[in-house]
Amino acid sequence: MNLLVLLKMVPDVVEELEIASDGAGLDMDVARMALSESDDHALEQALLLKERMGGTLAVLAVDAAEVDDALFTALAKGADRALKVDAGEVAQLGTRALADLLSQVIADGHNLLPVDLILTGTQAIDDLDGLMAPLVAHQLGLPYIAIVIQVTPDPARRVASVVKEYPGGVRGRFEIDLPAVVGIQSAERPPRYVPVAKVRAAMKTQRIETVQAPTLADGGTVLAEVKSMSKPEETGRAEMIEGTPEAASARLCGILAERGLV
Amino acid sequence: MPGNIWVLAEHWRGKVSEITFEALALGRDVADQLGSKVEAVLLGHGVKDLASQLGAAARVISTDHEALAEVVPEVYAEALAQLARRERPAAVLTPLSNVTLGVGTLLAAKLGASAINFCKNVRVVDGKIEAHAVLYGGKIETKVAAAAEPVVLGIGPGARLADAGRSAEPPAVVDEVTVDLPEAQPIRFKEFIEPEAGEVDVTQQDVLVAVGRGIGSRDNIALAEELAAALGGVVCGSRPVIDQGWLPPSRQIGKSGMQVKPRLYLALGISGAPEHVEGMRGAELIVAVNTDPAAPIFNVAHYGTTADVLEFLPLLTEQAKALRG
Ligand SMILES: Cc1cc2nc3c(=O)[nH]c(=O)nc-3n(C[C@H](O)[C@H](O)[C@H](O)COP(=O)(O)OP(=O)(O)OC[C@H]3O[C@@H](n4cnc5c(N)ncnc54)[C@H](O)[C@@H]3O)c2cc1C
Ligand SMILES: Nc1ncnc2c1ncn2[C@@H]1O[C@H](COP(=O)(O)O)[C@@H](O)[C@H]1O
Repeated sequence: MNLLVLLKMVPDVVEELEIASDGAGLDMDVARMALSESDDHALEQALLLKERMGGTLAVLAVDAAEVDDALFTALAKGADRALKVDAGEVAQLGTRALADLLSQVIADGHNLLPVDLILTGTQAIDDLDGLMAPLVAHQLGLPYIAIVIQVTPDPARRVASVVKEYPGGVRGRFEIDLPAVVGIQSAERPPRYVPVAKVRAAMKTQRIETVQAPTLADGGTVLAEVKSMSKPEETGRAEMIEGTPEAASARLCGILAERGLV
Repeated sequence: MPGNIWVLAEHWRGKVSEITFEALALGRDVADQLGSKVEAVLLGHGVKDLASQLGAAARVISTDHEALAEVVPEVYAEALAQLARRERPAAVLTPLSNVTLGVGTLLAAKLGASAINFCKNVRVVDGKIEAHAVLYGGKIETKVAAAAEPVVLGIGPGARLADAGRSAEPPAVVDEVTVDLPEAQPIRFKEFIEPEAGEVDVTQQDVLVAVGRGIGSRDNIALAEELAAALGGVVCGSRPVIDQGWLPPSRQIGKSGMQVKPRLYLALGISGAPEHVEGMRGAELIVAVNTDPAAPIFNVAHYGTTADVLEFLPLLTEQAKALRG
């Protein structure tokens, strides 16, 4: 199996998010970047498939703050290759332009082909203008399915059996022809942990391949324009219970008692 | 004449989804502002009868095809693209649900149209469609303009009340139209896998003690169990807690999990991402405990406190026990 995982850095929402002075984006000096959560699952699923079936595993990301950490972590976990694309201006244009760019990188001579499965996360928290996975699938002429929690390839038949989530805990099984693009929601098991020492070792012994961005024929299509960003309005917000945890829990207990809930 | 507003009428396992009615209500508001009409697009196989429930739309465009029996994004997008090229709607509203996710992006790609996701509202400003999208797990709101027409809007749950998009009357016009889809498809639906029945049914509980990633570790789940016992409720959780294997899948609340409407929902160490909120926003009383005062859960909770959940939990358990006597 030749596996390729697309990795994306997103602002860590556990941290404070500040809006930039132009009011139309996040203040990236304040944001701390982290690997998009479902990408960690996509990587885990790919690592499991590689362990089971052999083959190669490459990870591909667009250059962004902290991306080297994510790429070296992937190498330390068992990825064979890590590629980083310097997208330059295109990075600002949006998902459609980046999808054109990544599809070209995949298709043009970086030894990423032939590929059997391209795995991505299902949906990132900053996905404003469309999902990457179906766009890459569209560009490369491959089938696509997402919200996937199990992938079982059958290389001899050139198909994979995939299980995707529906609402209410229901799942659906599909058969998909390979090669394919699959958006992973959760891996079969929680993503593995890799000790920092191993990541450091990977930094010393392995390397990230830097890829020059190909020129896009149309210069890159912009499809959505952010006019303004704001924090959610303060309307309808919870009544906050202040004070020490003791006082707050006592107050809450009182509220529950009043409603006959205790 | 401005183009009409289309709503992809999602249905699943024979039922029209609630989000379809919400999107119809939203679509009608947008169409009114634009001076055009809202129309529902009903794709499927053997589900023509569902059109009678879509009376909030001025017209239903109905297409029956074997390949449309289950939603495969590529196939649905191709069908919609063929219809949209014929009729040129101004916007297509597609639910951002587990059933339909991916259709909107592919439709926009095929039409060279704009796509905007995570929409919670849509307005018309100076004759142009402007979307209000919620990003970063609910922490940031954006106003977004489409750069290319038509615009494909991915609609999250809760944009309008579903009842506002329901109609006792059938639609005035139902047009049955055909699309041309290849017979052999690279993705084939095989079967549904029903959820394993849990030992408890979270949808039937009055009191739910819900834990999120903020609970920290598997061992701490016991603290929530104790509180649940004191309140006569059960423990459930957000996706990361289930993914870690700390609680069984039958206890997951949200988009992929269960929809619940208990009398009390205690959200402990849960950020309040839209995908979680859609499963619990109907609870009668929502109380959130989260150390981050900017956590979006406080936008849906009735009461909140920024205490550390590990400190707060034993205190509340003790007091609840004392009250019960
Ligand atoms: C297609 C799709 C389907 C999904 N389906 C679901 C679903 O069914 N259910 C679901 O829940 N999610 C679902 N998600 C995931 C969802 O987007 C969020 O990632 C998830 O809900 C986050 O869970 P969380 O709030 O527990 O974790 P986080 O977002 O990491 O939040 C943890 C919170 O705990 C707080 N915290 C940390 N430590 C403490 C402490 N000691 N005391 C108090 N507070 C603390 C933090 O401030 C933070 O706000 C889905 C996503 C997608 C894309
Ligand atoms: N700029 C990017 N570089 C690499 N992968 C990406 C990028 N954007 C999105 N992806 C992949 O597509 C998935 C879904 O993200 P999104 O399309 O932003 O919702 C992510 O989890 C990544 O796997």
